[in-house]
Amino acid sequence: MDPVFLSRLQFTATTLFHFLFVPLTLGLSILVAYMEVRYARTGDETYLRMTKFWGKLFLINFAVGVVTGITLEFQFGTNWSRYSAYVGDIFGSLLAIEASVAFFLESTLIGIWIFGWKKLSKMGHAMVMCLVAAGSNISAMWILIANGWMQHPVGFIYNNGRAELNDFAAVVFNKFAILEFLHTVPASFTLSAFFVMGISAYHLYKKQHIDFFTRSFKIALVFGLVASIWVVIEGDQHAVHVTKTQPTKLAAMESHWETQKRAPIVLFAIPDEDNGRNRIEIGRVPGVLSLLGYHDINAEVQGLNDFPKADRPPVLPTFLSFRLMVAIGTLLPLLTLVGLFLQNRLVENRWYLIVMMAAIPLPYIAIEAGWILAEVGRQPWIVYGLMRTADAASPVSGIQVITSMIAFILVYGLLGSVGYYLIGKNALKGPQAA
Amino acid sequence: MILQSIWFYLWGLLWAVFFITDGFDFGVGTLYPFLGKTDQDKRMMINALGPLWDGNEVWLITAGGVTFAAFPLVYAVMFSSLYTALMLILFALILRGVSFEFRGKVDSPAWRRLWDTCIFIGSVLPAILFGVAFANIFQGLPLDEKHLFQGNLLTLLNPYGLLGGALFLCFFLVHGALWLSIRTDGALQQRAVKSANGLWPVLLVVAVAFLLYTAKATQLYQNYLEQPVFFAIVLAAVLGLVGIKIFLLKQAYFKAWFSSALAIAGATFFGIIGLFPSLLPSSINAEYSLTAFNASSSPLTLKIMLMVVLLFVPVVLIYQIWTYGLFKGKVTQEDLDLEEAY
Repeated sequence: MDPVFLSRLQFTATTLFHFLFVPLTLGLSILVAYMEVRYARTGDETYLRMTKFWGKLFLINFAVGVVTGITLEFQFGTNWSRYSAYVGDIFGSLLAIEASVAFFLESTLIGIWIFGWKKLSKMGHAMVMCLVAAGSNISAMWILIANGWMQHPVGFIYNNGRAELNDFAAVVFNKFAILEFLHTVPASFTLSAFFVMGISAYHLYKKQHIDFFTRSFKIALVFGLVASIWVVIEGDQHAVHVTKTQPTKLAAMESHWETQKRAPIVLFAIPDEDNGRNRIEIGRVPGVLSLLGYHDINAEVQGLNDFPKADRPPVLPTFLSFRLMVAIGTLLPLLTLVGLFLQNRLVENRWYLIVMMAAIPLPYIAIEAGWILAEVGRQPWIVYGLMRTADAASPVSGIQVITSMIAFILVYGLLGSVGYYLIGKNALKGPQAA
Repeated sequence: MILQSIWFYLWGLLWAVFFITDGFDFGVGTLYPFLGKTDQDKRMMINALGPLWDGNEVWLITAGGVTFAAFPLVYAVMFSSLYTALMLILFALILRGVSFEFRGKVDSPAWRRLWDTCIFIGSVLPAILFGVAFANIFQGLPLDEKHLFQGNLLTLLNPYGLLGGALFLCFFLVHGALWLSIRTDGALQQRAVKSANGLWPVLLVVAVAFLLYTAKATQLYQNYLEQPVFFAIVLAAVLGLVGIKIFLLKQAYFKAWFSSALAIAGATFFGIIGLFPSLLPSSINAEYSLTAFNASSSPLTLKIMLMVVLLFVPVVLIYQIWTYGLFKGKVTQEDLDLEEAY
């Protein structure tokens, strides 16, 4: 059993699982903070009940998100020790900054928020949730700066047989990382908005707590509308930058083999990775890939055949995850736009409520597909162009990794089912009576 | 050289703060099935940790992160060598963390029993394993010339390692019992005080045994013999240990808890000072050891990280101390009645 393969599998599983919970934390913390600030300012009890109801769902989700995050930091040491030794000078400092600057803030203050209702003033207590929201999002920023460096390493020199930092500002203001942050965060906000809208839709469909859930829905609607449109616009910028910095990822995203001008996209393809072509292509539109990558319909786009086979990412998962992400990412702003027109007649438009309930998983799928695209598309590199994933693993045995992986699957299976059972149970129960 | 030495001691300091803060959480979690006779007792115990445990655990993340940032090679070798032990700690911490949140969410005895078990295992296992890990670091890991670990989990379970596990467990049990003495009242508090009193002599015996065995099993005392002034740290640990008993007799539980914190800090630094400059000594050949000088990050990274730590750790301490101030009183029925309480 190959420890590199197993370690990759374990990291994939633990990251994707962790990322089921993180996006909701990022967005719902802001929505709950908004509700509570409104309560503190107006004294309107409905806002308090909203804070408590959505806050409870937030806390269950937060608990699973926090505990599964620890695993990720330590896996760099346990499973990717050669990577850690080679790039720790840069990458390690970003994780340490994340912990001291942001993670402390959210983890300490969440305790005050849960237990401090009677100990702080209304506004003081609301401010604590604002700081939790700030801490979570700043934490995401440092993690994405770290991931951005793996995608597009900058600000380093080779020294003492490893990559050493020589320009900290270049690492922190790495354009790739900034774009990644500006993409992931609104995507998380979108997911949170659809979570709130979907659960609200359920209660509106059952015609219960109508005022409560109409107001919840409308708050999330505005948030989701702005965020989901932002994701799409920013995603376009992101693709342009990927074209420049990660040509193999772009080519794999489109299953694009031959370098050409007026490069086409295909709606669907089955790549033939051995022979460097597509076995089946459906819906070929010339020029669109050039337009996507360079904002110029005649631009030349490099194909995968320009790169040695050893430097190409697995094409099929990269291609499919991109399509899945884009398809859902396009649908979500449309759904919020419809909501904008129907917002004062929600209860009457029962079809829309059903659609919004069914839409809860969609942003989850899109955001996971986005991560698969980002990480699988970067292969075979763990740090793009600098270090190969195959050279990065720890000198541990396959038995050790497979044992820990089975344990992760069991424990995470338990956490996931209990977490979502509790979220579901409390969501369906609805808020406490006024 | 100076920068690397500063980082060496900062590294030790972060671990010490983690042991002081999350240490009492581990202690309370281990005492949980023994002192929590009723559901009310149990809720009292976990709500005594409720507002604090999560922030406490971040000291571990920070200690880990700082190891990664300042001594990447140590991070790589330490965590891959101790693979199974660290994984066990991670699973324990994961289960402990969600158990607090999950336990009260479904009204069923079987449900609560499941998470009660997880709280106990999730607390006792890290308490012992951190001790085993650090005792093994004190005596040196079998690292070859390529810093590859020539051993397995069983290598770590040697007599000195196990004694280290027992020492940490005793420290955290007393520390946790004292925390409960502060934050609970009634019969539960009396049981907590009784446990602290009963466990104290055990801690004392294990601590003395550990100090003596250290002379045989490790090279830690060399630095002390060269610089006898360092024995002040051992003295501080002893003062802390004695202080626990004195303040327990005076029923001054806060002071007893601080004494216990001093003892834990002293014990951690007893090891850290003895190790210097090694972070991971090799038991095969001293030349294969990872030290602050051969395993550190570049001077630029060390400087930037020093600024970050000097700027933010005091800020963290300020808001954590504020949090402790908010929640130093007894857990009341009103606290337990909160919708969000555990």
